[in-house]
Amino acid sequence: MAIPYEFAYEKPATLDLAIKLLGEHGKNARLLAGGTDLANQMKQGFRVPQLLIDIKGIHELEVIRMVANELHIGALVTFNDIRSSRLIREKANILHEAAGMVASTGVRNRATMVGNICSAVACMDSATPLLVHESVVHTLSANGEKKYPIQDWFIDNRKTAIQDDEIVTHVSIPIPEEKYAGAYQKMMRYSGEDLSQSNVSVLMLSDKQFRVAFGSVGPIPKRSPKIEKLLHSEGISKETIDKAKAMIETVIAPITDVRATKEYRMHMTKVMFERALNTAMERYKQPRVISY
Amino acid sequence: MKKISFLLNGESRAIYVAANETLLEVLRDRMGTKSPKCGCDSGDCGACTVMLNNKTVRSCLVFAIETDGQEIITLEGISKNGLSPLQKMFLERNVFQCGYCAPGMILSATELINNNPHPTLHEIKEAIAGNLCRCTGYTPVVEAILEITKQEV
Repeated sequence: MAIPYEFAYEKPATLDLAIKLLGEHGKNARLLAGGTDLANQMKQGFRVPQLLIDIKGIHELEVIRMVANELHIGALVTFNDIRSSRLIREKANILHEAAGMVASTGVRNRATMVGNICSAVACMDSATPLLVHESVVHTLSANGEKKYPIQDWFIDNRKTAIQDDEIVTHVSIPIPEEKYAGAYQKMMRYSGEDLSQSNVSVLMLSDKQFRVAFGSVGPIPKRSPKIEKLLHSEGISKETIDKAKAMIETVIAPITDVRATKEYRMHMTKVMFERALNTAMERYKQPRVISY
Repeated sequence: MKKISFLLNGESRAIYVAANETLLEVLRDRMGTKSPKCGCDSGDCGACTVMLNNKTVRSCLVFAIETDGQEIITLEGISKNGLSPLQKMFLERNVFQCGYCAPGMILSATELINNNPHPTLHEIKEAIAGNLCRCTGYTPVVEAILEITKQEV
């Protein structure tokens, strides 16, 4: 089916031109990278941009590299680019693991991580890995660069802190200097296309230091300082894990929808939290950051 | 309307497209390339799969205008010089019934084999996970891919 209305299309060759176009058209324009979410939204009438600005001609946005101890992932990096990047596999295994669970190969060949956090649908896969890594979203506009810590990025389901004249250039992911290991858990009915009903990321930085984030169980993904504090002050034991699982009831607010009931999501998130925690601890014991 | 040109199954083609036309519509309805099918029209089912620059994509989610200067391969291109070994294996084992998913399934499996000539069972299942089939139960498809990729060892 064609998109049910007419609109204009531009493919600027440079970032400067893209910013200029975005500055001129603001709200009426929409940036296009993979388009896997945008095309659907336009077909369904949820978004009706009058201009699509295709950024795939801006090659500097394809970057995957280390800058000091930060991993930079550009706006054009697709989930399959993430899957095939050794660097990301070594430095941010949670993200690498999550990327492999996004939809299907044919979607992952197009869909970008930055597009995922810009669409900001509550069930997105890349948010919790970025949250536990305390990542930063970098934007550019005619007024210059801006940095959004990822915990301030998500405002509501499908709503982020980005301004109409801004383009996300990349996300920077601080890589801990100390030893660390992470794990991602996603609940879905079957692989290949399914959206997550709940997802959990755990990053372990020491025996007592954990970062925990929950996704798809509320309008925005979030970390839980409360659970992190509990794990820190009491250390890992069966009792602490049970306490943390009980605490999840006060941290997340899942809804009932076509994919799962809120009760099921609540129950499974506790189970997945424990699994992610155990997997992270198991991986932490390995001699080095291993690949999965 | 904007004139775009791309390589379609090895041939240089040009066509005027509007920004709101999907690649799927342009290929099927305006260029006579009928192997990509419209199933769900939202990127879930994989029936519209084509290769864009050697990577499988959902042509229902690609704007045709984006493909200016790119290379597109559809099932017609895969079997341009006769059936591929994979297709022959599918045929021999009679893996498909209605065949609606077949073009997408074949392209996804072809991409897998191009990148990874000897995939594991898990890798095969992952590669075709986004190609939904209502007839086969997937097992014959998976087994045929497993066999063809083992043969080449």
